[in-house]
Amino acid sequence: MTIAASGENNSLLVRVLAPVGRVFLGFLATVGRLSIFTAHSLRHCATPPFYYRLVARQMVDIGYYSLPVVGLTAIFTGMVLALQSYSGFSRFSAEGAVATVVVLSMTRELGPVLAGLMVAGRIGASMAAEIGTMKVTEQIDALTTLSTNPFKYLVAPRLVAGLAMMPILVLVADIIGVFGGFLIGVNKLGFNPANYLTNTFEFLEVKDVVSGLVKAACFGFVISLMGCYHGYHSRGGAQGVGTATINAVVSALILILVFNYIITELFFSR
Amino acid sequence: MNESVPKIRLRGVRKAFGHKQVLDGVDLDVNVGESVVVIGGSGTGKSVMLKCILGIMRPDAGSIEIDGIETVGLPSAERDQLMRKFGMLFQGSALFDSLPVWENVAFGLIQARGMERDKAKGIALEKLAAVGLGPEVGNLFPAELSGGMQKRVALARAIATEPEIIFFDEPTTGLDPIMGDVINDLVVKCVRELGATTLSITHDLASARKIAHRIAMLHDGRIIWSGSVSEIDRTDNPYVDQFIHGRAEGPIRMQVSR
Repeated sequence: MTIAASGENNSLLVRVLAPVGRVFLGFLATVGRLSIFTAHSLRHCATPPFYYRLVARQMVDIGYYSLPVVGLTAIFTGMVLALQSYSGFSRFSAEGAVATVVVLSMTRELGPVLAGLMVAGRIGASMAAEIGTMKVTEQIDALTTLSTNPFKYLVAPRLVAGLAMMPILVLVADIIGVFGGFLIGVNKLGFNPANYLTNTFEFLEVKDVVSGLVKAACFGFVISLMGCYHGYHSRGGAQGVGTATINAVVSALILILVFNYIITELFFSR
Repeated sequence: MNESVPKIRLRGVRKAFGHKQVLDGVDLDVNVGESVVVIGGSGTGKSVMLKCILGIMRPDAGSIEIDGIETVGLPSAERDQLMRKFGMLFQGSALFDSLPVWENVAFGLIQARGMERDKAKGIALEKLAAVGLGPEVGNLFPAELSGGMQKRVALARAIATEPEIIFFDEPTTGLDPIMGDVINDLVVKCVRELGATTLSITHDLASARKIAHRIAMLHDGRIIWSGSVSEIDRTDNPYVDQFIHGRAEGPIRMQVSR
């Protein structure tokens, strides 16, 4: 073994390990930046001045204008759930459980997750694109020169609106989803309407709905946070805004699935 | 306010991006009521200097005093207060495209001063008239305006709160020479009426001669020359001479190739 050979080994090792280290450090830097951004945003959510008009506008954007897309998602999901569980459960003569399966699946999982995914695509993308464009055209700097804190004016209203509106959206989605299941159950699968409704509510617990709403609030916050964070840190021109939009949507989708697991674990594992 | 305290005082301001030292110890005084224009080639750090003073960027070292008060590292609430003294005209106008023109102009009045919207709208329309735009423009959106009109709206927005200090970032860039001169006249007129202290950056010498009391040249991250408008043609500083005559040959080397 010569020194030269061990030197070569070292350089090979360095060549392999250096990118790993770089990626890891980059990841830590991002986590740090995001944590500071979040702390900053929360502080500005809690301290005056508050821009009620902007909060209201964001609430309309997130809540009202997302209703069609979330409603459609929910009704078809409820319908398909009823069909699938009926055809599956009939194999062991458990058709009676269809109503319970539909309502539990909707309130616990599919309502919040699917609504979250839909809203992430709609709202996360639009926030990132809007704030990103404001960033690259110096509109955010202009806010500062007009004695208006961009965190208070742009970020805080979006976070508050996301946090407040998602649970309402999900509650609506739950109801529409259950209604979709009811439609299929009664009209196609031949359930008695009264029996179907009784079965729906018989095994439903408050915890099922509440866990879904807690998820919704968390997802709403995450969607707004990702939209604002990536928009705020976009650089360059149109391409930078495009990248920011992609990152906002993708990171929101992944975080929704991660937090979905964590919150489920907190509520239902024992 | 004591006359001997400069309105804006920069000492040894340094700012680097990675390995590139953009500002390398900038010293600059702007006195009360004075109009200073900083000239310099593209990429010499003129915009970075303005952003450091505004607190949008934080300098790596040095001191920036406004009215004798140190502003580097000011907490954000106090920074918001301090910004009330400032107005700024951005190079790309930076109008809020989600708001109609009058709300853009009235933004500082409504958001920062808490003025009622009706009253603020009246003032906004006055300011628009001052830059030669009729009240019908007030209800348009910025995207519906030409570049020259956007610049005028941006000027109206910068002066709407009657700030003590106004920054102009390349006020004439991207405009035809005639519209450029219209903007210069408006800048001079508005500044005179407000009695504001102004700091402008530009590489348009016609503009600089028109709006400046004093011209300073930024090169390699430092102020290398400073003097009155009449002195700029008589200086023997080779850098200034090359710049004002627009020659490719001289002590300033543009980075054309790597």
